Formats: sequence, C-alpha cells, structure tokens
Amino acid sequence: MFKYQWDWGIILSEVPGTDGEYYYQWLIKGFELTLSVALSAWILALILGAIIGTARTAPSKWLSWPATIYVEVFRNIPLLAQLFFWFFALPELLPTAAGDWMKQRMPYPEFIIGTLGLGLFTAARVAEQVRTGILALPRGQKNAGLAMGFTLTQTYRYVLLPNAFRIIIPPLTSEFMNMFKNSAVTYGIGLTELYFQLRQITGDYAPGNIIEVTAYVTLIYLVMAFIVNRGMAWVERKVAIPGTIGGKR
Amino acid sequence: MRKFAIMAAVVAAFATGAQAEDLTGTLKTINDTNTIRIGYRESSIPFSYLDQNQKPVGYAMDLCMAVVDAVKKKLNKPTLAVSLIPVTSQTRIPLMVNGTIDLECGSTTNSKERQKQVAFSDSYYVTSVRMVVKANSGIKSLSDLNGKSVVTTTGTTSDRYIKQNEKGENLDVKNLYGKDHAESFLMVESGRASAFVMDDILLASLIAESKNPKDFAIVGPALSVEPYGIMMRKDDPQIKQVADATLQGIFKSGEGNKLYNKWFMSPIPPKSVNINLPMSDKLKDAMAHPNDTGI
Repeated sequence: MFKYQWDWGIILSEVPGTDGEYYYQWLIKGFELTLSVALSAWILALILGAIIGTARTAPSKWLSWPATIYVEVFRNIPLLAQLFFWFFALPELLPTAAGDWMKQRMPYPEFIIGTLGLGLFTAARVAEQVRTGILALPRGQKNAGLAMGFTLTQTYRYVLLPNAFRIIIPPLTSEFMNMFKNSAVTYGIGLTELYFQLRQITGDYAPGNIIEVTAYVTLIYLVMAFIVNRGMAWVERKVAIPGTIGGKR
Repeated sequence: MRKFAIMAAVVAAFATGAQAEDLTGTLKTINDTNTIRIGYRESSIPFSYLDQNQKPVGYAMDLCMAVVDAVKKKLNKPTLAVSLIPVTSQTRIPLMVNGTIDLECGSTTNSKERQKQVAFSDSYYVTSVRMVVKANSGIKSLSDLNGKSVVTTTGTTSDRYIKQNEKGENLDVKNLYGKDHAESFLMVESGRASAFVMDDILLASLIAESKNPKDFAIVGPALSVEPYGIMMRKDDPQIKQVADATLQGIFKSGEGNKLYNKWFMSPIPPKSVNINLPMSDKLKDAMAHPNDTGI
C-alpha cells in the first residue's frame, strides 16, 4: 500500500517558519560548499600526492620510506575516521591553548578540516597513481636520461614525470570524481555542504518528500561528476604527445 | 509475568470473539499476514532504545506493546507474530508509507508537516526544546548566547528556533551541526559549542549518561513545545481507534503515571542510570485530556 504523496515542487517551496527562505537556496549553498571543499582538497591532494608518489620511486631510502609509511597509513584508515581524528581528537591531544584555539577561534573550522582530511586521504591514492605511472614507463627512459648527462632530478623533471602524468590521466580522473563524492562525508563534521542540506531538508523540515529531494541531490552529484569527467577528457586530448600512449594513433 | 496474566485474562474473556465489522487498512494487513510490524529506535533513550541485551525497550515500547496486545485481542489472534524493525529519523516515514512497518514507537514529534504523510495517535509525551550548557559557563538565557556557537543535530528543526529568536533579539550566533545527538553533545562537552538545543528529555538522558553529569545544566526558555505520538499510516481509522483507546485507557487508569515513573524517575537499562525528570505540567495535561494535536 504505497500511499506516498509526491511533490516534485518541494524544493521551490518556502521553508516553513522562515520569511522568504526557499529550499533550493539551501541546496545552492550546499552545492557551493561542495564545490569549494572538493576543489581545494583536490589541489592539496594533487600537489602532495605527486610529491609523495615521486618520492616512493626515489632510490634514496630517506625519501621512499616516509612516503611509503604515509601512503599505507592514509590509505588504510577510512575517510570518516580520519576526519573525526582531525576534528575531534586532535584538539584534545594538543596543548590546551592550541586545542581551544582549534575548537573555538579557528575560522571556518569545518571547511579547513574537511579540506585537510579529504586532501590527505586522496593524496595517498594520487601518490599510488603517480608511482604507477612512473613505474609503467620503460626502464630505458631513466637510463637514457642519465646517459645523456641529466641528474636524477632533471631526468624526473624532463623525461619521466611528463610522460607519467599523461599516462595516469584516466585513473586520476576517477580520483577527481571520487573527491566530489567523498566530499559528502564531511557532513559528519558539520560542514553544511550538499549532502548535509539533503539530510537537513529531509529530516524534520520536509520529512514527507525524501524521495524527491534525494532525486534532485543525486542529479546534482551526477552532473558534477560528469562535468569533471568530460573536463579531464578534454585535458587528456589537449596534452597528448603524438607517438606516446595517450597520443594520436 | 504480569503481561502474560493480562493477556491470558483478555484471551479468556474474548475467546469466542467474532469480527463485528470488516477490517480495513493496517488491521486487515496484520490479519492477513498474521504479523504486526513495529518500528523502534536504537538510541532514543528512554522512549525506544536497545538495552544491554540488544533488545528494544523503553517508555514508547511499553505503550506500543500494550497497543499490540489490544490488536491481538481485537483480531482474536493471541499468537500474532510481532516483528521488530529498527528505524532512524530519516527512514521512519518512508518505511511507514511503503508498508514495511505498521506502527512506529520512538520519539517522533507529531507535526503538521508529518501529518501530510502519516498519522499519529494521541500524544504520550510532551517535550520542550531547551538547551544544555556547561554548568560553569554562566549561560542562563538566550541573550547570553551572543557571539557564541550553538549546535543542533542535522535534520532537526531546532536551529530555526534559535534563528527566529536571533532575529527577535538581534543575536549573533554561529550555528554548528552535529551528525547525531551524541556528536552534538560531544561538541558541548569538548568546548567546541557553547550550547546544544534539543528536546529537554533527550538532553536529560544525554546528561545522565555522560561521565560527569554535574558539569551540565539545562537552561533557557522553552523554545518550542512538541508532542510525541505513535506513528501510523494516514486515513486508517481502525488502527488509530485501537491505539487511541489503548493509550486513553492507560492514562485514565493511572498506569500511565506508573510507566512514566518506571522510565523517567527510576534506574533504567543499560547502566541503571536515573534520568530523574519529574512529569511536566504539559504532560499531565495531555494525559488528562488525550489529544493528537500536532504542532
């Protein structure tokens, strides 16, 4: 006996008890926050991940061991647990003054911790992608670079990394798309992004319209991921080197 | 033992009972499937929660089981199967509307928004929305919140009461959102938020369960008064009549007071903590004049 009362116009309705606030405004605010936290975390993840992934392939143990430890730690702990650590546990472990600052006076704490948590988590995965890309190159590339008189750093910079990054654009696209989906987890520390707005609206405000609101929010996430996908495909075409794996056939 | 005695007496008295009318709606489904499905909450202390044996217990559960006994009597099915299904505040309405549960016994506020999709029995509890603060914080009223952060749980409407009062009193308040009641209370406990706004009974049970109950105080005006009722499907007069009649019988006979004291003024599972919240005047009034008016 499915007697659900459909109301697809729910997001255009005014929020009861307020004056001129509409549900779609909440969704827009959430969408903006999702976009900001996902993009900020992605920049962090990309830069940190590239450094760590490269370090893992370095011959020096001082570089490769810390990098390996980082990747193993941050890959094996669930994202929500990591976020809870930074948000709830860290202020308690720091000296009282620093902990209180983190809890009470830090500006935009949820956004900063969300970016930090998401970024560090994804950096471990990006590091693995970068390491894969470097290892996928023929061994001759590094040797040829060294034989030409490049130092190891120069070989990485001019020969190995440019090729490696182009190879890993498809899995990197996956990570980028995952970033937008994982941003939903930050609702757990109170960031009022899109998934939070879904929970807020379908909680007590509009509990009778959970299917419609969920459908709208799902659509927004789908569109975001799709745009990222197509954007990265365009990037892949633009930077392809003819004659290499990603280039024109 | 007592419940068995009541049931046995009831069955004996109505052993030859015959249906006087055709069953419709929920009662018909229960009759056809020989099962009644009860939705319970996992941590809405003391209304509906899991005790140390992972069994759902609570004030609302006791009331619901009395309704189940009344249904068994009405359908003349003493061996009716009772299926217990956990729900959350997000899933309770969809599961009710699609037929997965027949009655929801938890801490569901009877609100006009919800009445668009479901119906409620007469109210069995009335709560006021207030706030919990650290006892040494010096916060006594809403105006003391100026410049501070206030946390509420995601999905509840408590934040709008602060916002409404914000406009009224020109307060500058930072709104924080905890993922559930335990996290919101943790934010106050750890000093991240200055106040947690929620139904006073939930606050009282969180304080009672905390490590140092003396550190906290429930302060502030009643921002809203909210009745709880047993949730059921809309446009289903038969099940509503059974539920309302059962509750009214319990309230009028004084059994309601006994049940209240059992859950609110005595040690309760799982840790034998006593919430110690005397019955409010609003609840006394609701028991004296049973009604299902929503807010």
